Amino acid sequence: MRVVIAEDHALLRDGLTRILEAFHLDVVATVEDGPSLLPTLVERQPDVAVVDVRLPPTFTDEGLQAAIAARTEVPGMPILVLSQHVEPLYARELLSDRNGGVGYLLKDRVSNVAQFVDAVHQVAGGGTVMDPEVVARLLDRRAPLDVLTSREREVLAEMAAGRSNVAIAGRLFVSEKAVSKHINNIFTKLGMPPSDDNNRRVLAVLAYLNG
Amino acid sequence: MDSRDWVRDGLRALAGGVLSIALAVASLPLFVFFVLALALTPVWGLGFMLLPLATRLIRARADVARSLAGGFGVPIASPYRPRPEKGSVVGWRRYKWIVTDPATWRDFAWLLPGAIIGFALGVLSLIIPLYGLQGIVLLPLWIYLGTGWYGYGVTWPIHSVGEGFLSLPQGVLILAIGVALAPYLRRFDALFARLLLAPTRNAELSQRVTELTVTRADTVDAQAAELRRIERDLHDGAQARLVSLGMTIGLAEEMVDRDPDTARKLLAEAREVSSTALVELRHLVRGIHPPVLAERGLDGAVRALALNLRIPTNVDSSVEEIGRLDTPVESAAYFAIAEMLTNATMHSGATFAFVSIKRLGDTLLIEVGDDGHGGADRSKGTGLRGIERRLAAFDGTMAVSSPLGGPTIVTMELPCVLSSPRTMLSSGTD
Repeated sequence: MRVVIAEDHALLRDGLTRILEAFHLDVVATVEDGPSLLPTLVERQPDVAVVDVRLPPTFTDEGLQAAIAARTEVPGMPILVLSQHVEPLYARELLSDRNGGVGYLLKDRVSNVAQFVDAVHQVAGGGTVMDPEVVARLLDRRAPLDVLTSREREVLAEMAAGRSNVAIAGRLFVSEKAVSKHINNIFTKLGMPPSDDNNRRVLAVLAYLNG
Repeated sequence: MDSRDWVRDGLRALAGGVLSIALAVASLPLFVFFVLALALTPVWGLGFMLLPLATRLIRARADVARSLAGGFGVPIASPYRPRPEKGSVVGWRRYKWIVTDPATWRDFAWLLPGAIIGFALGVLSLIIPLYGLQGIVLLPLWIYLGTGWYGYGVTWPIHSVGEGFLSLPQGVLILAIGVALAPYLRRFDALFARLLLAPTRNAELSQRVTELTVTRADTVDAQAAELRRIERDLHDGAQARLVSLGMTIGLAEEMVDRDPDTARKLLAEAREVSSTALVELRHLVRGIHPPVLAERGLDGAVRALALNLRIPTNVDSSVEEIGRLDTPVESAAYFAIAEMLTNATMHSGATFAFVSIKRLGDTLLIEVGDDGHGGADRSKGTGLRGIERRLAAFDGTMAVSSPLGGPTIVTMELPCVLSSPRTMLSSGTD
């Protein structure tokens, strides 16, 4: 799998490269600043890009902007955005094209190497991975989706974190069948039209983010 | 008082008397000019040109009177409203700015009475010593000219040369009285000037408001910039290192079975990164509020700072004298001193520096100096300007003496107590 990394901090750039290569991913390019990110993404068309939100020269949210722009030019290009802090607002912006294949994680998560690499694979496969922190912040903020039971909300949170039905079942100690029943309830309660399951999952997460 | 002192003061006052006579005479045409300019205002455009000119001349005249008064122990602050900031100040805007300033009219009101009082007191202060002088030179002159003199002082009329001798001590006495009296006459003149030339309470307050607006804006700017700097330092420094630490340890965890050698190398790397992160955090904390300042106060913190400098630095202060100050004052003073000492070691090529911290009542007097090549200029260095702004937030002031070739001495004065009675607000609502 071909990966592009955008990270200005040399230490972190090397660390990310090392981790991904240790798991036999092919880092085809590394980018250090905002302006060169978009051309690189469009030109190299990687299977997945790992992008830092804050990049030179302005050190604001250049990475995020470039990621959104790249997904406008190449719809559905899988991008995993990393940051030292997460904002639900950014998550919503990333998800708003409803194409899936996005992730938004705290950089801290990288230290759990296996899980991080798993997240990279999921994003590359068109899945959606949201940081538990984003999810927790949204749950804290208000009680969205009042129609859902607490169990269903738990399942939704796991789903937002990009987990598969099997993984969710494992984490919540229920059967896989129970999970898919919960998920179907969620879809019904949120009024998601029956369609490709992956897309519905994204929509559910989006509903979640929009509170 | 030393006897030379009162003579010197007296002579200075006499010179001031001569000057005030000349200035009184100069006031008259100014008065006429102003009245004329005012009367010509309806003539289109003419008043707009003449009145500002007349006002400028009168203000110059009044400023001379203010600085003279200051020289005789009656300081008078300038009362004028600041020039409007936005746009060009010409025509009607300039006219309005001048005419609506009460100080313009108070100056005008003072012009004639001030001239009369100044003239009268000036003449009086000259006449007495001149009469004394006459008594001293009377006899020699009499002998030289060979003519009679009608009388002098209490000897009236003078009958003989013997009685003529009496004029000498009298003259000396009168001269002495005249010289001794002159400073008091000047002072009286200055007090009269103060009645009209000093800012009114209103003007004082509005000046204070202007000043506070500027220093508040500066403070807010500086604070925002400081917070942004701290955020950046944390984000790019310690936070990034901790993330990298996590990555390295995570990777090592993965490697420990497959490739123990690489795992060990990664762990060693992680340990290094963790100590670098700690160093960076320590630096950052020191830049926000040095721990030693919190623990030992200004005296201890400056001593600790001096020990870390590359050049020998003498610190003259004592805890007993300074005591513990309000935290914001302490912090402002510390960072001002730290910046000065950094300048001394980095830019001035000094081999020695000193700091002196004294407390005079409620004022903290700080002196920082070095034996470097001087040439520090607050208009050039942003550092000095930054300190000045930081101090201004506390009504503190800074004076820089740094001739080319050195030495550089920076004097700062800072009220020890915060001027805003913050505690009253909260206790008042109880």
